[in-house]
Amino acid sequence: MKRRDFLHMAGLGFGAYMLPRNGFAATDVPLDAPWYAIDPALKKRMADVALNAARSKGASYTDVRIGRYLNQFLITREDKVENIVNTESYGMGVRVIANGSWGFAATDKLDNDSIAKAAQLAVAIAKENASLLTEPVKLAPQKGYGEVSWKAPIIRNAFDVPVKEKADLLLAVNDAAMKNGANYVNSYLFLVNEQKYFASTDGSYIDQDIHRIWPFFTVTKIDSKTGKFETRNSLSSPRGMGYEYLMPLESEKIKGITTLYKNRYDMVEDAKAAAIQSGEKQLAKSVEPGKYDLVLDPSHLWLTIHESVGHPTELDRVLGYEANYAGTSFLTLDKWESKKFNFGSKIVNLVADKKQAGSLGAVGYDDEGVATKEWDLIKDGTLVNYQVIRDQAHILGLNSSQGCCYADNWSSVQFQRMPNVSLRPGKQPLSPNDIIKNVEKGIYIIGDSSYSIDQQRYNFQFSGQLYYEIKNGKIGGMLKDVAYQSNTQEFWNSCNAIADERDYRLGGSFFDGKGQPGQVSAVSHGSSTTRFNGVNVINTARKI
Amino acid sequence: MPILSKEEARALLAKVLSYSKAEECEVNLYGSDGGNIRYARNAVSTSGGVSSSTLVVSSAYGKKLGAATINEFDDASLEKVVRRAEELARLAPENPEFVPFLGPQQYGEGVKTFDPGTAAIDPKFRKEAVAKSLQEAKAKDLIAAGFLENSAGYAAMMNSKGLFAYNTSTNVNFNVTLRTKDGTGSGYSSKGYNDVSKLDVAASTRIAAQKAAGSGNARALEPGKYTVILEPSAAIVLLETMFFAMDARSADEGRSFLSKEGGKTKLGEKLVDERVTIYSDPYNTELPTSTWNGDGRPQEKITWIDKGVIKNLSYSRFWAQKKGVKAVPGPDGYIMMGGSASLEDLIKSTDKGILVTRLWYIRQVDPQTLLYTGLTRDGTFYIENGQIKFPVKNFRFNESAVIMLNNLEALGIPERTVSGESGTHALIPPMKIRDFTFSSLSDAV
Repeated sequence: MKRRDFLHMAGLGFGAYMLPRNGFAATDVPLDAPWYAIDPALKKRMADVALNAARSKGASYTDVRIGRYLNQFLITREDKVENIVNTESYGMGVRVIANGSWGFAATDKLDNDSIAKAAQLAVAIAKENASLLTEPVKLAPQKGYGEVSWKAPIIRNAFDVPVKEKADLLLAVNDAAMKNGANYVNSYLFLVNEQKYFASTDGSYIDQDIHRIWPFFTVTKIDSKTGKFETRNSLSSPRGMGYEYLMPLESEKIKGITTLYKNRYDMVEDAKAAAIQSGEKQLAKSVEPGKYDLVLDPSHLWLTIHESVGHPTELDRVLGYEANYAGTSFLTLDKWESKKFNFGSKIVNLVADKKQAGSLGAVGYDDEGVATKEWDLIKDGTLVNYQVIRDQAHILGLNSSQGCCYADNWSSVQFQRMPNVSLRPGKQPLSPNDIIKNVEKGIYIIGDSSYSIDQQRYNFQFSGQLYYEIKNGKIGGMLKDVAYQSNTQEFWNSCNAIADERDYRLGGSFFDGKGQPGQVSAVSHGSSTTRFNGVNVINTARKI
Repeated sequence: MPILSKEEARALLAKVLSYSKAEECEVNLYGSDGGNIRYARNAVSTSGGVSSSTLVVSSAYGKKLGAATINEFDDASLEKVVRRAEELARLAPENPEFVPFLGPQQYGEGVKTFDPGTAAIDPKFRKEAVAKSLQEAKAKDLIAAGFLENSAGYAAMMNSKGLFAYNTSTNVNFNVTLRTKDGTGSGYSSKGYNDVSKLDVAASTRIAAQKAAGSGNARALEPGKYTVILEPSAAIVLLETMFFAMDARSADEGRSFLSKEGGKTKLGEKLVDERVTIYSDPYNTELPTSTWNGDGRPQEKITWIDKGVIKNLSYSRFWAQKKGVKAVPGPDGYIMMGGSASLEDLIKSTDKGILVTRLWYIRQVDPQTLLYTGLTRDGTFYIENGQIKFPVKNFRFNESAVIMLNNLEALGIPERTVSGESGTHALIPPMKIRDFTFSSLSDAV
C-alpha cells in the first residue's frame, strides 16, 4: 500500500516539482469549471483503429483502454493552503495476444498513425517474448456487450464544487483542531475521476465514469516540557462517492466513546475530537503486554481484512506471479481443493464484490470487459474461492472471470487487483456494546495506523489511532504503545462475535500497491465491530 | 518527445517564459524513455515501454502561487498551461510561507549520471537478460520471478529571475527472487546502476539461487535479541527511515525523533555510534546524482552524521529563511562510510548471529523513536563459530535505526544498493548489530 508515500509527499509540501515523479502527469483541466467527458463515439473510432491495426499484424485478441484520469489535491496546514493541484492524464493502452503471448504498448498521441503504431508495437513485443513462454495464454470466454455505459451513482460531483468551498472546509477543520488544543494540523482532500473507455475484439465498447474522494487530517499535540508528541488521524474513509460524503447527516453518525461515521463524514467535528484525544493520548497508560480480547471497530478492522484476507486470496499471488515483490500466499491451491481448509471460525464469512454502492471498488465492468459481481471467498470459516481474471479462470476450472482486472492508468498494463473484500455482519442482533459487556480483559481499537504482514500473509502486526481498556465488560481509560501480533489463521479462528448490519461500515485504501512497475488501486472493506479472543499485544514504547 | 539537449531545453523553456504575465514564473521540464520486463514461474509475464514528458509551470503574484502541468508541446498548449497557472495563482489564497524564486546559481560539472549504453537498452536486450537469468534458475532446478527496468531521462528548469539548470541521467534496476520447487526455500538479489555495463544479471541470479537452495527447510529459533549481520539490501530499508526524517522544521516544531524538550533539537549532539558517518555527494563516482534539486538549489557534498554526531538537517527555503541558516536541500542519494571487512569477514568474526538478506514490509510504529516493524525474507541464516550453519525461519522485528546504530559491532565495505521499499539508491556497508529485536516468528518463505 502506498498511502504513506502520498502522505510523505504531502508532509513535505508536495511542491509542483514532485508531480512528474509520481505519475500524475499532464493537466488540461479547468480549475473551477465543470468537468467534461469525451464523446464515446470519438473513443469508439479511436479504439477501432487500434483493434484493426493489431488484428492486421496477427493479434488473436486485442483490448483497448482509453483513459482520462483527473485528480485534484488540496493540501493545507493550520491557517495556510499550501497547494492546490489539478492534474489530467489522457491516453490509450493497447493489449494484445500474439503467438500465445501478451504484449502491451501505450500512447498519449491519439492520431490514427500513433494509435496504429502503438498497436503494432504491442504485437511486436508479444512476438518477441513468445520465445520465453512455457505455455500460451488461455483466456476465459467473454461475450461482447456491444455499446454500454456505467456511471458511479454520485449525488454531488466534487470536481464541480468551487475550489474555495473545499479550501474553506479544510481551513475550518484546521481551525477546529487548533481551537481545541492542537499544536499542528495537516489536512488534505484528494479527488479522483476516472473516465474509462474499454473496447475489445470480443465486441464490447464500454464507457464508464468513476469517482472517488478521500478527506484526511493529522492532528499533533506536543508536550514541550517532556518533548513528547502524540498524533491522531481522521476517522474518515476514502469512498467511491461524490462531495456528498462531506455533507454530514446525524443519521449517519454512531455516538459512543468517540463519534464514528457511516456514509457521511463530519470532518470538522472529528477534528475537534482529534485535538482533544491527542491530548488524552499523552496522559494514557502504557499498555501491559500480554493476551487480550480485542474489540475492533470497522475503522480499524478494514486494514486487517485487507492485508490478511484480501491479499492472500489473490490468485496471481497464489500462483507465484508476485513472488519477486508483493510475495506469494499461504492459501495454496491444495487448501482450496480440499474444500475444508479452516480459515476462520464458523461465524466468519468474507465476501468479494465489485458492485457495492459507495465503495472504492465499484464499477460496472472491469478493465478486461467483464461485468462485475459478488462471490464468497470464505464461507462459514472455510476457504471456497479466490480472486480471478480471464487468463487465470481455467486454473480453477471456471468458465468465466470474476472481473478483478484493473490498471491504474492508460499507460499501465491491467492485471489482477483486489475487489472489495468484506466481513459479512453477524446474523443475530448484536451491538458493539453487547460485545464489550462480555469482555473481561480487552482492548477496544478505533482507527488504523501501523500495519505490516509477511510475504505469504501469515504473521502480521497492526496498530490503531485510539485504544481503550476494557475491564469486566466496561470501557475504561485510554491506553497507548499498543500493537497486536497474530497469525492470520489463528486470528480469524479466534473471532467469536460480530455485530449486526446496523453497525456495518466501509473502510478502505486509496493507494494499495502491487506489481512491477508499481501500480496503485483503491479498494473498500466493510465490517461491523468484531471481537477476537486472546490476541498477543506488545508494548511499542522505546527510548532513544 | 525525445530527450532534449541542453540547448533545445533552454530554447523551449525560454519560449514558455515568454508567455508569462505573472510577477514571477518558474518552469520545470522532465522527460524519460524507458522499458521494463517482468517474469515469473520461469516465463515472461508482462513487458512494456514507457515514454513521457511533463512541463510544470509555477506562476506567482505576490505571495499567491499557482501551478499547472501539461504533456503537449505545441505553442498553443505552452501558452495555455502558462495561463492556467496564472489563473490558479489568482484563485489561490495568499501563502505567507511563499518564498520568491531563486536567481541564477552555479552548479558543478563533470557528474556522470548519463550512460549512453544504458540509454540504448531495447526490448531485445531486456528479453536476452531475462533469458540469462532463467538459464541460471533452470540449471539449479529453481523457479524464478524477476524484474528488469531501464530509463533514460533529462530534467531542466528556468525562471523569470534568470536561473537555468539541466541534467541527464540513466538508470537500470534488476531484482530477482528464486524459489525451490517445493516452496520451502527462497533467495533474493537486487542491483541498480546508472551504467548497465556494471550489471551482471547472471551473477546476480546466481546469488539468489545460492540463497534459495540453501534456505530450504529452515529451523525455528526463539524470538528475542540477536546479533545480526544485515546485508546492504537489508540495512538500507531501516537506515532510510532515518534519512527521510532529517527535516529541520519537523525537529524544530517538536514532532521528530530529533526533537527535545523545551523546543530544542538534537542537532550537534552525538546520537549514534562514533563509527557512523553518513553523507551525500553528487560527485561520488559510484553514486552520481544531480547537482541541483527541484527548486534550483545546488546539491553539494553534505555530511549529515559525522562520527555519530548529527551535523546537518535539510531545510525548505522558507524554514531556512525564518531560522537564518543556509537552505540545505535533502539529497538524492546517501553514502554511509564503512570499514575494510568483506561480508565473509563479518560472518567469520561472529560467534553466534543471524545473516539477513532482505527486510520487508517496513512500517513506522512510533515516529518519536523511529521504531519500525517488518520481517526478514528470502535468505535468513544462523551463524555459529564464524560459519553459516543452517537456514532459519523468518522473524518479525521491531527496531529503530537509532537504537540499531548505537548497537553497532562492525561495518563492512560499502556497496551500491537499492531500497526494496522506496527505490532509493545508496552506498551502504554490510553491518553487524548486536541486540537486534526479533519479536515473533513467521511461517512465510
